[in-house]
Amino acid sequence: MKSTVIVFPGSNCDRDIAVALEKMQFKNKMVWHKETKLPKSDLIVIPGGFSYGDYLRSGAIAGKSLIIDEVIKAANSGCYVLGVCNGFQILTETGLLKGTLLRNKNLKFINQDVHIKVINNQTKFSSKYKKDQILEINIAHNEGNYFTDNSHLEIMKKDNLIAFRYCNEKGIVDEKYNPNGALENIAGIYNSKKNILGMMPHPERMMDKTISNTDGVNLFSSLLNL
Amino acid sequence: MEKQFQLNLKKKSKLKFSVTVTLKKDVLDPQGKVVQNTLINLGMKNLINIRQGKFFEIELNDKNEIEAKKKITEMCEKLLVNLIIEDYKINKI
Repeated sequence: MKSTVIVFPGSNCDRDIAVALEKMQFKNKMVWHKETKLPKSDLIVIPGGFSYGDYLRSGAIAGKSLIIDEVIKAANSGCYVLGVCNGFQILTETGLLKGTLLRNKNLKFINQDVHIKVINNQTKFSSKYKKDQILEINIAHNEGNYFTDNSHLEIMKKDNLIAFRYCNEKGIVDEKYNPNGALENIAGIYNSKKNILGMMPHPERMMDKTISNTDGVNLFSSLLNL
Repeated sequence: MEKQFQLNLKKKSKLKFSVTVTLKKDVLDPQGKVVQNTLINLGMKNLINIRQGKFFEIELNDKNEIEAKKKITEMCEKLLVNLIIEDYKINKI
């Protein structure tokens, strides 16, 4: 399995996700945003961080960078794309994922381990999880408040495009357990072809029991069966 | 003389616009709310509502105002504005 991690000025989870991918036996390459060609890859990862210092809007400048044209082409031809945190914000700015990420409702940067529920386990990203499995995963963001229009929300529900929702440790999805104000507790979404996943929580931080837990492992092991 | 002439020409062909970007009406603006509450705490009793936005000043090397405005619109839609959540207004200044 070949993976590519795109690196922007201000990316800061690029090496973490590379370590996670390599641990799972992906052959990974890092690609600087000024490149105009992507190596042949089964999976492209847009990592977390603060690309371009979040100037203009989070992800806005990175979403127009040179390499992004190639990412869009690859995604449209079926390549799997994962965007985590700032990567999710960048994917919405490119239009590959619909909706946008607003500032957290409480206006605070949130860094904490939260619970999320696997809503759809029938995708290449989630097949190793059980349906409704509860994961404890770290979030660290200032703009994670997912927002989209009603018609897109309805389509997402109908076509099972909601990947994860924030919940409590028992799996109850409620506004009380919504850390950032995201619409209907949405923590991650797929595009209509389900080859693109954008999520605010950081699976690459949950790869090893010594520092956290292993709730992120199955996301990468699901992708190994591409 | 020649230099002065070119300088004048340059001045004439410059157009300046302002772009104001605001969150759409039904999008929650937590920053605006906090600013509003703080102003109310400062005694600004008649305050009804505050929405916070962004302001851009853009200079263009163009003589034709209509064409220039088209360019500014393109800039807004391609980068400056997130049309899902934001509205914008262009003004000549």
